[in-house]
Amino acid sequence: MKLWKSWVIATKDFSTFREKKNTIYPLIVLPLLLSIVLPILIGGIGNLIGLIDNLIGIIGIPILIKGSSSKDITVLLNSFSFFYIILAFILPNTLASYSILGEKIEKSLEPLLATPITDTELLLGKSITSFLPCIAIIYFSAMIFMVLSDAITYNTIGYLFFPNWSMAIILLLAVPLVSILSIQLNVIISSRVSDVRTATQLGLLLFLPFIGLYIFLETSVISLNIINLLGIFVILSVAVAIIFSISKTIIQRDKILTKRG
Amino acid sequence: MIDAENLTRKFGDLTVVDKLTFHIEEGEVFGFLGPNGAGKTTTMRMLSCLISKTSGEARIAGYDVSDEADSLKIRKIIGLLPENNGLYDDLTAYKNLDFYGKLYECSKTQRKENIEHFLKLLGLWDKKDVLAGTFSKGMKQKLAIARSLIHEPEILFLDEPTANLDPESSKTVRDFILDLKKEKKTIFLNTHNLDEAQRICDKIGIFNTKLMVIGSPEELEDSTLRKKTAIQLKEVNDKILKALRNLSLRNLTIDNNKLIVDVVNPENENPIIVDAIVSAGGKIQYITRISSTLEDVYLKFVRGKK
Ligand SMILES: Nc1ncnc2c1ncn2[C@@H]1O[C@H](COP(=O)(O)OP(=O)(O)OP(=O)(O)O)[C@@H](O)[C@H]1O
Ligand SMILES: [Mg+2]
Repeated sequence: MKLWKSWVIATKDFSTFREKKNTIYPLIVLPLLLSIVLPILIGGIGNLIGLIDNLIGIIGIPILIKGSSSKDITVLLNSFSFFYIILAFILPNTLASYSILGEKIEKSLEPLLATPITDTELLLGKSITSFLPCIAIIYFSAMIFMVLSDAITYNTIGYLFFPNWSMAIILLLAVPLVSILSIQLNVIISSRVSDVRTATQLGLLLFLPFIGLYIFLETSVISLNIINLLGIFVILSVAVAIIFSISKTIIQRDKILTKRG
Repeated sequence: MIDAENLTRKFGDLTVVDKLTFHIEEGEVFGFLGPNGAGKTTTMRMLSCLISKTSGEARIAGYDVSDEADSLKIRKIIGLLPENNGLYDDLTAYKNLDFYGKLYECSKTQRKENIEHFLKLLGLWDKKDVLAGTFSKGMKQKLAIARSLIHEPEILFLDEPTANLDPESSKTVRDFILDLKKEKKTIFLNTHNLDEAQRICDKIGIFNTKLMVIGSPEELEDSTLRKKTAIQLKEVNDKILKALRNLSLRNLTIDNNKLIVDVVNPENENPIIVDAIVSAGGKIQYITRISSTLEDVYLKFVRGKK
């Protein structure tokens, strides 16, 4: 195992990204947009709730909306944090589709596989290609999200909501793990299909359970507390381990080259 | 250097390469000839450890293609020009080569020297910083050839290196292969082009799922690639026919006053045939050499045997 070869492949991919702006830009714009829009939304909702409270106070009707507005805002902030786990699935999935199927489409897989690299070195290289830029984008936009949210909600809730433990677990544990899971699933899919759209969509299909989880969270069947987050973390780790052990048998260079689209 | 024994590959029920057996010596240029779909690319992929074999054996420089540890060693000493050039359109010519040089574990100086050497040799040095995606087909093919040589391999697998090239570029590539031959590289060359194979190969195999025949171009010429002479007469009469019969020619056919005849040694035989026709009062309009085409060989080896 020569790790530097994986790095050679990843840096090659990074320099081709410069020419693939149409692919790369949406991957940067989406998280940045979310990170700016979500805090503003929270600010807006906070104001709205405050306004309703005031109206209710003025008119003298018994309080309809339970709880204080600052409680509502923290619930929102928590559930919006979960978006970063979703991004950790979507972004690497898309990038992995491009970087693996790109080789297939350009027919560059054949000369590449003819060089003395092992399958593991190649797959690791492709994983780095998909992992590093996505993690960088997610962390960068999460920073923006946290800073903006704090700035907007400080007056209402009276303390700096971020950073906190659940965001730390999301960013430091869940996001890397989900990214790895997403890349692994996509590598398996991409070795079997021949176009980027199909690979990305199949990858997103496998993501549905996470959406389910998200809905559970939103409807408060499961809450996003630290215990539950750690539970999710354990489940993810097990999934990553299982998929890694089966992917070695599923991905064979023979199949990648002879499977026809 | 390259040995195959009963090498077989199936795709599902379809047998694409059937019990292929051959031996190529070090420094030999081997032309693997066959029509579309013959299984040439499949054979080359098996020999370059890209796809697995169904049965049989193949060894490159003594290493077993189906052994995982051996396959890494094989891939270090071979260079591959695949059917599709597989260049990275979004990288410059130089970076394409440099990337492969790294994967082949060439040192920094070796990469630098070899990239410059091959790009200059193939006339692409002034395009080194241009994206490969903007290259013409011929330029891409040349760049892909440079890529297959970047690590100075002992053995080269070239899948139709002159396909899609204009005559001048074909010649550049052919001359280039002849230079490599002088450097004692072992070359396995897939081609449709019999003429090309005859010009550059030491050994030729004619293949269509099965190996039909293998030998030096001279051996094949004697046995199969018989030269033919075509003579267009104004008119064929009995007197001419009689004169021709006296020459006991091989495979004489007459169609529309056109005689076609096999000749072993055209330089000696053609004047005799012409003399005989002229003495018999025949009027020759044209005389042409029909060079054997791959099709002729198939007629003999594929259809002829059915
Ligand atoms: N991955 C594959 N799956 C199924 N069949 C395949 C596969 N690859 C090749 N074949 C079949 O094997 C046969 C030989 O193909 P191959 O590409 O080796 O021929 P070839 O001699 O290189 O032809 P050409 O001169 O057109 O390049 C063809 O019938 C082809 O359809
Ligand atoms: Mg072919």
